[in-house]
Amino acid sequence: MRVKVIVAIAILLVVIGASCQSDDQIEFKRYYSAGSLVYQQHCQNCHGDKGQGLSALIPPLTDSTYLKNNKAALACFVKNGIKGKIAVAGRTFDDEMQADDIAPLEIAKVLTYVTNSFGNKMGTVTLQQVQDDLNNCK
Amino acid sequence: MRKLWIGVVILTLFNACKSNTKTALPILGYKTPVTKTVNGKTVTDTEYATIPPFKFVNQYADTITQKNLDGKIYVADFFFTTCPSICPVMHRNMLNVYKEFKGDDNFRIISHTIDPKYDTVPVLKRYADKLGIAGNTWWLLHGEKGDTYKIAKSYLQSVSEKNPKGEYIHDGFFILIDKQKRLRGTYEGTDPAEVTKLIADIKTLKAEPDQIVAK
Repeated sequence: MRVKVIVAIAILLVVIGASCQSDDQIEFKRYYSAGSLVYQQHCQNCHGDKGQGLSALIPPLTDSTYLKNNKAALACFVKNGIKGKIAVAGRTFDDEMQADDIAPLEIAKVLTYVTNSFGNKMGTVTLQQVQDDLNNCK
Repeated sequence: MRKLWIGVVILTLFNACKSNTKTALPILGYKTPVTKTVNGKTVTDTEYATIPPFKFVNQYADTITQKNLDGKIYVADFFFTTCPSICPVMHRNMLNVYKEFKGDDNFRIISHTIDPKYDTVPVLKRYADKLGIAGNTWWLLHGEKGDTYKIAKSYLQSVSEKNPKGEYIHDGFFILIDKQKRLRGTYEGTDPAEVTKLIADIKTLKAEPDQIVAK
C-alpha cells in the first residue's frame, strides 16, 4: 500500500514537472511565432530577413555576445531607438534607429524571436522582464 | 506532300515567334505615332517615350547629365537616406545588381534622393561609403526637388512631398533604361526574385543587336 502511494506521488510529480516544462515551451513557441510577425512588420526592412543588417549602415542581429551583454537594454532600444556609436560584430555603427512605440507584450515577443533566431539562443523574454527593463531605461 | 509543307510552314512560324520573345525585352512607356517626310514620301513611325535631358549632382559633387549616360544601360530608383521603410530592402537588393555589373563601364545605377534638403552631397557620400559602394558604377543623385519629382514621372514613378505624418511616400521600383534612353523594364525593388529577374534582363538587353551597336 505504502509503496503504491509513493509510486503514485512520484508519477504525479513527474507529470506535473513535465507539464510545467511544456507550458514554458508552449509559451516560448507562442512568443516566438508571434514575434516573427512583429519582426516582419517593424524590423525586417532594415535588419533583413536573416538579421543580416545592411553593410556598415544597419547593424546585424547575429552578434550573440552583443545581445547577451546588452540584454537588459534591448527593450529600451526598441521603444526609444538608439543614437550614437555602437560596436556590433566587430564593426562600429553610428546611425540612428528610430523609436518604435509598440506595446511591452509585442516587445517581449519580438525580442524572444530575435534572441532565438539568426544563430542566437537566449530563451524566452517575458513580459515581466520587458516591463522591468523599460522602467530602467537610461 | 502538301500536308508536309503546311507542317513545315507552321513549325517555322512557331519557332520564329519563340525566338523573338526570348532575345528581346519589350519597350515600355507611351508611344506616339510620328509622321515624317522622308525623300518626298510621308512615313509614319512609332516613337517610344525616352528619358528627357536632366542635370543632377552625384555623391562626388560631379555634375551628371543625360550625356554621362550616353552609350550606357542603366537602372534608376528613388530613395532617401533616412528612409525607415522600404529603402534599406531596395538597396540591399540593388547591391546584388551592383556586384554583378560593377566591372562594366557601359552600365550604371542612379539613385535619386527625394529628400534633397537632408541628403546633401556629403550625406550621400557618407551613405555610399557605408553601403560599401565605390567608383562610378552607382551614382547617388542630388538635385532640386522639382527636378527630381519631374524626372520621376518619365520613369513612370510616383513620388510626393511628406504626408501629414511626416513620411515620404514613394514607389520602390527599379527601372531599366536602354542606350536609346527607352524604358525596358520595371521591377519591384523590395522583392529579391524580381531583382534576380532584373539581373537576367540586363544580360538579355546587353546582348540585343541595337544595344551592342549603340554608343
